[in-house]
Amino acid sequence: MAWETVIGLEIHAQLATRSKIFSGSATAFGAAPNAQANLVDLGYPGVLPVLNGAAVRMAVMFGLAIGARIAQRSVFARKNYFYPDLPKGYQISQYELPIVAGGQMDIVLEDGSAKRVGITRAHLEEDAGKSLHEGLPGQSGIDLNRAGTPLIEIVSEPDMRSAKEAVAYMKKVHTLVRYLRICDGNMQEGSFRCDANVSVRQVGSEKLGTRAEIKNINSFRFVEKAINYEVARQIEVLEGGGKVVQETRLYDPDRAETRSMRSKEEANDYRYFPDPDLLPVEIDNAYIEGIRAQLPELPDQKAQRFATQYGLSHYDALVLTASSELADYFEQVVQKLGGEPKLAANWVSGDLSGFLNRDGLEITHSRVDAAALAGLLARVRDNTISGKIAKDVFEAMWQDQQSADAIIAARGLQQITDDGPIEQAIAAVMAANPAQLADYRSGKDKLFGFFVGQVMKATQGKANPARLNELLKKLLSG
Amino acid sequence: MHSETVAQLQQGLRARKYSAVELTRALLARIESAQPALNAFISIESEAALAAAAVADQRLAAGDAPALTGVPIAHKDIFCAAGSRTTCGSKMLSNFISPYDSTVVARLRAAGAVVLGKTNMDEFAMGSSNETSHFGPVRNPWNLKLVPGGSSGGSAAAVAARLVPAATATDTGGSIRQPAALCGVTGLKPTYGRVSRYGMIAFASSLDQAGVLARTAEDVALLLKPMAGFDPRDSTSVECEVPDYQAALNQPLKGLRIGLLKEFFDQGLDPRIEALLRTALEQLRAQGATLTDVSLPNLPLSVPTYYVVAPAECSSNLARFDGVRFGHRCENPRDLKDLYERSRGEGFGAEVKRRIMTGTYVLSAGYYDAYYLKAQRVRALIAADFERAFSTVDVLIGPTTPTVAFEIGAKTNDPVTMYLNDIYTIGANLAGLPGVSIPCGLVDGLPAGLQIVGPHFSEARLLNVAHRYQQESDWHQRTPEAYR
Repeated sequence: MAWETVIGLEIHAQLATRSKIFSGSATAFGAAPNAQANLVDLGYPGVLPVLNGAAVRMAVMFGLAIGARIAQRSVFARKNYFYPDLPKGYQISQYELPIVAGGQMDIVLEDGSAKRVGITRAHLEEDAGKSLHEGLPGQSGIDLNRAGTPLIEIVSEPDMRSAKEAVAYMKKVHTLVRYLRICDGNMQEGSFRCDANVSVRQVGSEKLGTRAEIKNINSFRFVEKAINYEVARQIEVLEGGGKVVQETRLYDPDRAETRSMRSKEEANDYRYFPDPDLLPVEIDNAYIEGIRAQLPELPDQKAQRFATQYGLSHYDALVLTASSELADYFEQVVQKLGGEPKLAANWVSGDLSGFLNRDGLEITHSRVDAAALAGLLARVRDNTISGKIAKDVFEAMWQDQQSADAIIAARGLQQITDDGPIEQAIAAVMAANPAQLADYRSGKDKLFGFFVGQVMKATQGKANPARLNELLKKLLSG
Repeated sequence: MHSETVAQLQQGLRARKYSAVELTRALLARIESAQPALNAFISIESEAALAAAAVADQRLAAGDAPALTGVPIAHKDIFCAAGSRTTCGSKMLSNFISPYDSTVVARLRAAGAVVLGKTNMDEFAMGSSNETSHFGPVRNPWNLKLVPGGSSGGSAAAVAARLVPAATATDTGGSIRQPAALCGVTGLKPTYGRVSRYGMIAFASSLDQAGVLARTAEDVALLLKPMAGFDPRDSTSVECEVPDYQAALNQPLKGLRIGLLKEFFDQGLDPRIEALLRTALEQLRAQGATLTDVSLPNLPLSVPTYYVVAPAECSSNLARFDGVRFGHRCENPRDLKDLYERSRGEGFGAEVKRRIMTGTYVLSAGYYDAYYLKAQRVRALIAADFERAFSTVDVLIGPTTPTVAFEIGAKTNDPVTMYLNDIYTIGANLAGLPGVSIPCGLVDGLPAGLQIVGPHFSEARLLNVAHRYQQESDWHQRTPEAYR
């Protein structure tokens, strides 16, 4: 039996406002428990929420960036349930009238094919606090620093058909919110996380299968693993003649499996109703257009521009625009270098990205800045060093944070382009390897590479490869 | 001193007829001696009051004293006051010391008022008789067997017994106007959004509004002025200029168009109260007002509408009382569920539980449309009825309550009969309108109230009408014999 996977994601992105969505407390991560929880966050008797305008602005930015409708009137509602980390006994969210509805996101899959994912809605809400158990045997602690942090919940259509598509979509949303600077995207700190709704159905079936919702997944890798596990589990259930139960499940990364949290029967009745403490959010066209006019260049627009302006492949353009900081870095290199976009693209997406990954650094913390990399590439362009030597120089730059020129001069790495020294080196190699020379001259052309290697070794890699090839051919042939 | 109004006390204090400390001492003594019989107070704050009065005397001497400096008042125990116990009439908060000031408390303090204590009230303001208080019922100073009305029964009884010249109160479905009527004092519920709700413990957020109980309309005007106005901490407070209520009091009533609500003069109304109203209306007519009959066809639906909307909001507002961060916590909870169930089960009284259950039910999946949504639609119809009426009249006048004060215990076993006591007051809450109740006579020696309702932000006009009536009548000066 052939099965089709159907996935929809609910992404929670923490908005990068300085204060909370309904109180003046700071939102910074990592403060001592409850140091950033004021009376409003603690849900004290008599306190009232006041909406943070910055959060509304960010939600509108997101809506405009995904081509969605911005509601001129949206309403905050209370989602009622009891939990110790939910101080008021309800979460303020948006329900029937969200601020953003009906957008889309285009993703590119590994095979290069494109796909459009629909976004049903995006709404503003407050985050809950968290329970602490470590070091509190037999008790639970509550940290309400996170309570009231603004979130935008982005709900997709069930448009994705594989875990890879889901990851591509999630990455694209991640890229977008960081471009817009409305979310720091830090997944370890929980600033960007998702719930995945997963079901399977027989290929050809129109009807959606019963879904399971996997809660709170906070890495791209886990999303892929959790979905793949869940799909396999559901197919196994169905093929064994069973039924998938509608339920909430939790992904356990240590065991790489999903586990049931609660079934539909145990689900809360949240008793949503409009929050009478907050007026409906009313925004006019001028406000919306004012924000639209200030939107930065978006990832798709930038990738398109990179491809045309710099003559890059679509793939290279996508890689370089994966974050606006990386794209900015690339453009600075090209600018300082005064051209050579392909050379710059290869280095930025190649060696530079490799070193960043190896050291776990963001581009903004690169140990070689754009000006320094441009300085290195200038020496490649004017043949002072070869591409191969350049890799060593780059590593040295990364280590010592010195300029390319300083390293080249200090280590005498300038390329040898004059014929004389290269000819001398060739002659010495030929003299030292009479047998190979004889074989070559009797027709073993493959030994050419051997001689290249020996001369390079003798010149410590500094011989200009083009000159070396030419002179070697001439001299070997006798 | 205790028989003087706020306006008289302002003058007396400034003329140094008596000091704020003397005044405070005298009233504290009255409060202490009346407390066993009336139970009007939950907390008597003698020490803090005397300290505040001493500061008031300094300011009066220095000549930089704001309007209410030295004027003694009491706060309904629903208003959070920093460092003060704020119980909301509930066991749940019987030991809750508020770490912050409500806006009402802060503004009245800034205006110079001296707070003598916190008054008794129905638990979480849910009640019309003050019998649901965890701290015991308040008794009506006119007859100790009777209820003072509720939920602001402590504030109303304290003013009626001349323990304080004025007190703050709140009104969700009539909780200022109904006890004002039953205790023979003047009570104003302002327009929704006129006074900040910040720091006022919420019952039903879309209906709750803070106001004043005092002897005269003039005194209400004097307290309302500093209380009113936009508060950035309450999104539902309105940015609308606060007029000089006192300056508008004496405006002549000539040309005032009074609407008589057909629905208010119904079968449930005690005919003796109706007779008093007719007399009062004649008096207003004699001052130049015209009378017209008007009808608000949807108004009879206000009680059922209210008893869906208010419990729905209360069921959510009271969820924060879970024994986790403040308030009553049960002993030795076995687990989280036990902590919630026993803390709430022990902390809340029967009426509060009834409303939480009702509210939870009407918001539940499958019932929301039939109850909550429908109630909101009816609410909009009622508001539209009022708006239509105010296109032809300036104010609506009718009774505040269908009967005078009833006996303690008479209605406690029949919540629906109890709820019907608010039949004339609830409409103004649903429509967010201001309403004032003033004494308009005695039935069997017990006070009856006349209610004036006006358009949004017409407090100045309402107080003007009330004041002009009080200039020509003395019902508001009648004092229960034992408290003269």
